[in-house]
Amino acid sequence: MSLHIHERPARSPYSSSTHGATRPDAASTTTQAVSLHLRGVEKRFGDNQVLRGIDLDIEAGQFVAIVGKSGCGKSTLLRLLVGLDQHTGGDISFHDEYGNSAKADARIVFQEPRLLPWFNVAKNVAVGLGEGIDKDEARTKALAALWEVHLRNKAEEWPSQLSGGQRQRVALARALVSRPGLLVLDEPLGALDALTRISMQTLIARVWRELGFTAVLVTHDVSEAVHLADRVIVLGEGRISLDLSIPQPHSRKHGDAELAELEGQLLEAILKDR
Amino acid sequence: MALADLTFSRTLKQTNKRIPSFPRLGRAHVLPLVVPVTLIALWQLGSSTGFISDRIMPSPVAVTQAFWSEAASGDLGHNILVSAGRALAGLLVGGTIGFLLGIINGVSKLSEQLTDTTLQMIRTIPHLALIPLVILWFGIGEEAKLFLTSLGVLFPIYLNTYHGVRNVDRDLLEMGRIYGMSRWSLFRKVIFPGALPSIFVGLRYALGIMWLTLIVSESIAASSGLGYMANNAREFMMTDVVVLALVIYALLGKLADVIARRLEGWTLSWNAAYQK
Repeated sequence: MSLHIHERPARSPYSSSTHGATRPDAASTTTQAVSLHLRGVEKRFGDNQVLRGIDLDIEAGQFVAIVGKSGCGKSTLLRLLVGLDQHTGGDISFHDEYGNSAKADARIVFQEPRLLPWFNVAKNVAVGLGEGIDKDEARTKALAALWEVHLRNKAEEWPSQLSGGQRQRVALARALVSRPGLLVLDEPLGALDALTRISMQTLIARVWRELGFTAVLVTHDVSEAVHLADRVIVLGEGRISLDLSIPQPHSRKHGDAELAELEGQLLEAILKDR
Repeated sequence: MALADLTFSRTLKQTNKRIPSFPRLGRAHVLPLVVPVTLIALWQLGSSTGFISDRIMPSPVAVTQAFWSEAASGDLGHNILVSAGRALAGLLVGGTIGFLLGIINGVSKLSEQLTDTTLQMIRTIPHLALIPLVILWFGIGEEAKLFLTSLGVLFPIYLNTYHGVRNVDRDLLEMGRIYGMSRWSLFRKVIFPGALPSIFVGLRYALGIMWLTLIVSESIAASSGLGYMANNAREFMMTDVVVLALVIYALLGKLADVIARRLEGWTLSWNAAYQK
């Protein structure tokens, strides 16, 4: 298994000036990214062993994509990472930037937006801040997070009034509003049309560069994985069958020849797994 | 013209949501009145021509006169107030019990297993069949009416609240748990609003049953209220007062439904089905 040293891309100053507004202060803090360490992680449901000894280290601030055929255990692995399920063997730990063991304040974006239809967009984002936070402060932070996903002007709308892509951006804002150290994306673009998907990819890449959280993306779209991630992990039969780093700098064009080749390599690895 | 009106009010709504839409006498306000007004006109015509006997069915004019004389004596107002008070008390007691049971059984598996079967059994007994027993227990006082109305109201509210809670989107519940919601906020932010459309269905069913139960129990044993007024009038062959009581039931029923509908539109404005 390859373990390569990844250099953090420099955090870009907030370059996007398309809004014509100044960036709200409350959003300018970056995250405390966590690193993930998995040792021999196993998960079984009754007799069915889904994960068979996963060893994996993910550095703080890295963008890792996990790909594989359906049923390969990628969603199970993801549910273990955010604590939705408990692993049946092995060990999962999280460390902060100084190597101290840390609590994983993981946030997750699902394939469906899962917004509360009876809350307006701003209140939905504020759900991401958790309990016991001052109302005005919650609203300020929520609006700042909406600004990041270019939906500041939709703050008072109902979710039912938004398009599918906009709803998914609200879900992203909700996940990011608490500045999590780890963001887990469970096929977040699976339900979107091709064009919306491309603009969402750009958006995800940008917020990741700006905020510096650790990102784990589960997807079955190899091209998406290659486009976004520093490192792609292929899961097959509950094991890691390929660990490939994507060295290209992070302003990747769709249709790049080198990326296309990596994509071919990955597809081969996935399909070979039988 | 009506179409132009409609487009105008729509653009108005889109450009500025703060402007309240004033009710105007459009097609939507006139159409629902067409059938009742025609029926009343035919009825009056039948009575005036002698086609409908006064002994069987008094004319609308006679009913209106009965209304004036009853209202002038103060009996009518008193009887309406008494009946409405009983109805509300029954709705409050039965509705609260049904709502709480529905929530608890929807949330807690243990409580559901413990009580749901019993509730379903009791539910199948027509509650009006309990009248003889209730008279033996409570006599013919207020308790008997409160008991019957509450019992009648309880089950539609229980069933629909329970159903609503059980059908709250699992994905949203999971989301709430991942985002660290406490049990109370999970209830307040996810479960209750999710169940609300269903609870309103229960409430509207309950309103119908509330009037029915009340009228029956007032006809059997009471010394005031609309049911008593109608039953008393029957003994003196005052058909106009009997029909007046029926008309008032219809109006009160409609009023209750309008209030429930308003409440629904107001609390469920997020739901596309209730957006105007």
